[in-house]
Amino acid sequence: MIVVGIDTATPQVSVAIGTETAILGRIQIAGKARQESVTPALQQLLAWTGVDLERVGGFAVGIGPGLFTGLRVGVETAKTLAQITGAPLIAVPSIDAVAYAVRHTERTIAAVIDGRRKEVFAALYRPVPGGVVRLTEPAVQRPEALAADLQAVPGEVLAVGDGAILYRDVLRSVGARVEFASPAAAHPDAASLVELAVPRFLREEHDQVFDVVPMYLRKSDAEIAWDSRARGSQP
Amino acid sequence: MITLGIETSCDETAVAIVEDGFALRTNLIARQEHLHERFGGVVPEVAARAHVEALNPLLAQALDETGLDHGDLDGVAVTVGPGLVGALLVGMAAAKAISLAAKKPLVGVNHLEAHYWANFLEHGKPEPPYVTLIVSGGHTMLVHVPELFRHVVLGQTLDDAAGEAFDKVARMLGLGFPGGPALDAAARTGDPTAIRFPRAMEDSGDLDFSMSGLKTAVLRYVKGERAAGRDIDVPDLAASFQEAIVDVQVTKTIEAARRTGVQRVLMGGGVVANTRLRERLVADGSSAGLEVLVPSLALCTDNAAMVACLGAARLERGDRSGLDIAADPNLPLTL
Ligand SMILES: [Zn+2]
Repeated sequence: MIVVGIDTATPQVSVAIGTETAILGRIQIAGKARQESVTPALQQLLAWTGVDLERVGGFAVGIGPGLFTGLRVGVETAKTLAQITGAPLIAVPSIDAVAYAVRHTERTIAAVIDGRRKEVFAALYRPVPGGVVRLTEPAVQRPEALAADLQAVPGEVLAVGDGAILYRDVLRSVGARVEFASPAAAHPDAASLVELAVPRFLREEHDQVFDVVPMYLRKSDAEIAWDSRARGSQP
Repeated sequence: MITLGIETSCDETAVAIVEDGFALRTNLIARQEHLHERFGGVVPEVAARAHVEALNPLLAQALDETGLDHGDLDGVAVTVGPGLVGALLVGMAAAKAISLAAKKPLVGVNHLEAHYWANFLEHGKPEPPYVTLIVSGGHTMLVHVPELFRHVVLGQTLDDAAGEAFDKVARMLGLGFPGGPALDAAARTGDPTAIRFPRAMEDSGDLDFSMSGLKTAVLRYVKGERAAGRDIDVPDLAASFQEAIVDVQVTKTIEAARRTGVQRVLMGGGVVANTRLRERLVADGSSAGLEVLVPSLALCTDNAAMVACLGAARLERGDRSGLDIAADPNLPLTL
């Protein structure tokens, strides 16, 4: 089956087309115009690989966590493509794709996505044959808090993601047990999304198009301010 | 020709289908006011999140209600600005995906231009030239339309939009959000001559607007009355404030028509839902020998029917947008 993967959770967007056995094509773009590039990138990939959109058997979309505005572009694009073509949709946490890409390790994997405002979105994974298993749920936290979490992890850690690179010095304070993955693996790769989603498509574990929303993990500023006012006004 | 319209520039998620440019097949709007009410204004992040949840079911409903399939569409029109960028991007992502998947042309439209095109859905498309008054939460402007798709901005607000002034004064009076409808309702039983507020820029000689002086005057009045221990007559104050805004808008619109020599005035935008503004423009306009067109209430506030209507006309004249078209939060009203 042919699967299209789309991830826009970080400042590098990624679009890929693949099957059970091969990735047919992939485009990664960073920069100011990346949000406008998602649909054109898919159009280009379809043309270059000679795949008609009607032959696509499913869409896999990264739902974050990540930067809200960009994240919504990929999610809304994938939802609408699935709705119009009638092909099923599977939502995959983008952070899972980041961990999956470095699964050939013995170490505990810390996938860390930059959340701006001196916070990161992070989750821990254990590599297993054929993939990774999530040890902790993705959470938003200060890099210092993540470093403390890593301190408590037994054994060696492989930190991956744009957040790991950005806060390298903070995470390094844990000691030599933390190694950093290559910047080439720093962003969710839509090819990983395709790989992660294919078995779920084959098992028909589809998501309902209308129910798919980004994994925000953080409220809007206005809601945060409202909540803290509400707490402050309590007797 | 069947055109799908999508509008997500602010806090309404809207999908509409228009046939042959002007015949409305369906016009669906998912309102978010309840999500923003406690904040006293539209929160961009809250709006964008709600669009992602509301848009796809609305699209399904639009196709379902009309019995159309995406293959029946001849084109997709979407608002690309002005508006909240995060909100615009949701509608645009969907429109681009439909265009790609259904292999139908895409056209990005200007939200302000679409506001006065709302008239054409009900009144047919009168021959230009005309003058249009666009008043909404984000804009207050007078525009000369010498021919279709050509715009000459004659004047605009130098500070707040009329809708913002309504919201702020409504908040001052504790009338809640959105302020426009609340103030309109309160004013209905009030005396518009009870308090004489300044008519800002009425005699400025140009066609620009300013709301800050009026807003300050209302605030000063409210503080003064409260300091003196007097109760504020909310209906009288609402009616008097509203009359001050309406007076200036009516005077300047008629003056804009006189200066450009047009016979026709088109109104558009959410504030045009204001009862008094509609009444006065139609009455004063016709005494001045002008034909004044006003959209029905449902087509004044943000909707996708106006987007589909304008989009259809633009597609017909050969306008096309690439799948890489960008959202422009400050898109000017030009050609
Ligand atoms: Zn509007």
